[in-house]
Amino acid sequence: MSFTDINSDINSDINSDIDTDIGTWEGIFNQLCDRIFTNLNAQEHLVIELVGEHSHFMRLNGGKVRQTGTVTDGALTLRLMADQRTAAATVPFTGNLDRDSMAGLESLGHLRQELPQLPVDPYLVLPQNLGSSHAMYRGDLLSPQQAPQAILPAVQSADFTGLYAAGPILRANRNSAGQQHWFATETFVLDYSMIAPSEKAVKATYADTHWHQDQFEAQIQQARSQLQVLDRPRRDVVPGRYRTYFAPAALADLVGMLSWGAVSEASLQQGGSALGKLREGKTLSPLLSLREDFTHGTVPRFNSHGEVAPEVLPILADGKLVNTLINARTAKEYDLTSTAANGSESLRAPEVAVGTLPPEAVLSALGTGLYLSNLHYLNWSDRSGGRITGMTRYACFWVENGEIVAPIQDLRFDESLYAFWGDNLEALTTHAEFVPDVDTYDMRSLGGTRVPGMLVNAFTFTL
Amino acid sequence: MDFDLNRALNVLQTDADWIGLRQVSETTTTRYVRDGHPQSNHRHQTQGIMVEVLAKGQFGYAATNRLDQESLQAATDRAYAQAVATAPWAVHSFTTAVRPRAVGQYQSPIQQPLELINVADLMQLLTQVCATLKVCEQIVKTTALAQTVETEHTFVSSNGSSVYQRFFSINTDYGVTAQDGTVIQQRTDNGMFARCYQAGAEVLDPQAVLDRAQRIGEQAIELLSAPECPTTTTTLVLAPDQMMLQIHESVGHPLELDRILGDERNYAGSSFVKLSDFGTLTYGSPLMNITFDPTVPGELATYAFDDAGVPATREYLIQEGRLLRGLGSLESQTRAGVPGVANFRATSWNRPPIDRMANLNLEPGDTPFEEIIGSIEKGIYMESNSSWSIDDYRNKFQFGCEYARRIEDGQLTQTLRNPNYRGITNQFWGNLVQVGDRSTLGMYGTPYCGKGEPNQCIRVGHAAPVCAFTDIEVFGGHG
Ligand SMILES: [Zn+2]
Repeated sequence: MSFTDINSDINSDINSDIDTDIGTWEGIFNQLCDRIFTNLNAQEHLVIELVGEHSHFMRLNGGKVRQTGTVTDGALTLRLMADQRTAAATVPFTGNLDRDSMAGLESLGHLRQELPQLPVDPYLVLPQNLGSSHAMYRGDLLSPQQAPQAILPAVQSADFTGLYAAGPILRANRNSAGQQHWFATETFVLDYSMIAPSEKAVKATYADTHWHQDQFEAQIQQARSQLQVLDRPRRDVVPGRYRTYFAPAALADLVGMLSWGAVSEASLQQGGSALGKLREGKTLSPLLSLREDFTHGTVPRFNSHGEVAPEVLPILADGKLVNTLINARTAKEYDLTSTAANGSESLRAPEVAVGTLPPEAVLSALGTGLYLSNLHYLNWSDRSGGRITGMTRYACFWVENGEIVAPIQDLRFDESLYAFWGDNLEALTTHAEFVPDVDTYDMRSLGGTRVPGMLVNAFTFTL
Repeated sequence: MDFDLNRALNVLQTDADWIGLRQVSETTTTRYVRDGHPQSNHRHQTQGIMVEVLAKGQFGYAATNRLDQESLQAATDRAYAQAVATAPWAVHSFTTAVRPRAVGQYQSPIQQPLELINVADLMQLLTQVCATLKVCEQIVKTTALAQTVETEHTFVSSNGSSVYQRFFSINTDYGVTAQDGTVIQQRTDNGMFARCYQAGAEVLDPQAVLDRAQRIGEQAIELLSAPECPTTTTTLVLAPDQMMLQIHESVGHPLELDRILGDERNYAGSSFVKLSDFGTLTYGSPLMNITFDPTVPGELATYAFDDAGVPATREYLIQEGRLLRGLGSLESQTRAGVPGVANFRATSWNRPPIDRMANLNLEPGDTPFEEIIGSIEKGIYMESNSSWSIDDYRNKFQFGCEYARRIEDGQLTQTLRNPNYRGITNQFWGNLVQVGDRSTLGMYGTPYCGKGEPNQCIRVGHAAPVCAFTDIEVFGGHG
């Protein structure tokens, strides 16, 4: 992905088929904030957050269109703080200044009534002005009218299933101390599976800010050749411990678990972290380093309170826990320094450092064992023990003496991160891939995980 | 409601064969207290309209939160353009038969209106819950959360549909973390967010809530010194608050017709069930009776019409162990040629409806709890889900619970910690050997069933009696 901050209007002429007012939202948001901030009295502090998008969704099954349409959505959240109390209210943001201002002011009134009824919040952190930011990434997207013709003919000879999602996304934040952040980007994600008659699949994404038809068609062509090996007869592998290679998408899923009760300082403090043992002196493999890295510009550095994260924050350095994600509330509660984490103290721009194994040497280094392209449905099976269970999915193979033998019947695993990221971690590849975050719950996600492939010398499969 | 959908519909210009407007307005108020201090007080309001049109056999949609005629007309034009542009590539050529005329109303049954909930009183109750949960110093974290949700659905269409449904629900979640050195245990109120009901303020009865909080705290402490669940193959008895998850993952999702039709293969997954299995497959033992029942008063996913306008009725999906019917909407039924249910549901105005569970229940049998336990010489009894994972065909699952007891010679004995079990769906349900009577029935729900592209989280309800399964692999934690 290549992003350049060109600071121009997001509603580019290239995108004129997206007949939406979203390009005017910055001006409207700012006027609305001004109206609300002037209404505050001296004791009141307020943070106003905006999320918004205009999205084209096209859902595909078997190279055909299952459902398609557009969604224009925006939400404005006000967090009022006064008298050591706080409450928040979210209302629709429609881009109609008068109507949105009315909703905003009504929310302010609601919050003023609410505050005196609430208990004192000892961990309240008031907004500050620590500097503003402005980032706009203009894309070159297919219009909703162009997308079917651009995508569908190229995929007709395969069982092509997935979701195309595209359009502008906004994140903005202002506070009563005068700080302002604006982040706008135009992106698309084609998240797809090309499914072989064996029901095994090549799973991939094509995601960027600029649609390149030739790049897309080349990627599909390449996937088609990968499909052939998936149609070999399936091999049933019995549960047991195997040497295992995790392709970047599979490692990204394991890294994703760290956002769910692991790297969060609050979870460490409150007995809910899988990394608790690292606080007691245990270390992971010196090959493993993980950091938050915002330098690629795919996600805003500011959180919903407007705090700006460090551009780079090492979390695991050579297997040692050197930083955790700490939001302002947690920092205040435990007398720590905030790392400007978000409310849930989850990873927003994770990056695993590359290692020394060249990608072309993966099969020979694996020797005999399992090659896993993707994982599915991960959960902690014993969080304080760092144990994760989940399934293999899509293109997973049995490998013998450095040669792919056959796709496998999917296996369930149950293994502790203290083992696979500890003594059992054998190598990471020299090349990291960007695995985009394709979640579309409530709204389209931004960013993703930058990860290499990983070779583990013993990994436990249970079913 | 300040916007007349019927009038808006009449004024819209379109060449579509059919048009429907679905408005959703929802207010969610969340109050969350941790260790006696407020963590979050948030009122979240969303409102918008999805315009859906049918043209050339293809549906197109456009959703907007701007409630004015001009924006609706623009949305209608976008929806129409999408339908026409993709019609040559349509999965199926639909007719208006999949959007029948529907007229009616629904309102959640509530005893005490939500307005009766005073903010200060509720915050005081949640603070008290935290204090009650903390039965001793080994309780290192207490949480209490209460969420009220008021939702209005209005649906009008060019073939005369006019449906108004108003839902009230209350979701609560109380829990603790207990710690003794390196041993850490969680205990909650029947599992994370399991107590979700279409109900009013009556579910916040302080005495009942505080009694439960006391027991949650005590059981967490009990778990700290309990031995690990043994690794063995034995008779497993599941409480209704774990049956909920077992039904959801290994019956509900695999019976969704859109999964079987392949729509979800890039996301939630497929199913081991084939279209040819309906009417023939033996899904479980003859004691297994599963109903799709959106008519149960108070259960979280009760409604009168789905989002296609189909009247919601109770249907047997599995009767005496045999698979009869799928979780499929009119669209899926038309594509698949198998019987379905009224389950075309969207999470809100900004997502198109897809095949969902609603209330999916296991019908009670006739064995009292004491008789189930009394008949088991050796076994494990588990309560409250804590971990869940299943493969994309819904075969190989592994589930964890918060709390377990050993069953020895017909008695519940020693408490066990970190109980887990795993199995394969068909074999597991085939081993269902006892189904509790109505007195063992528990009703729960979750607001977090995720599925669909674009993704959607939806509310589902599950009621089940206590059940016993033979020859199940159980195991504990390692630390
Ligand atoms: Zn679900």
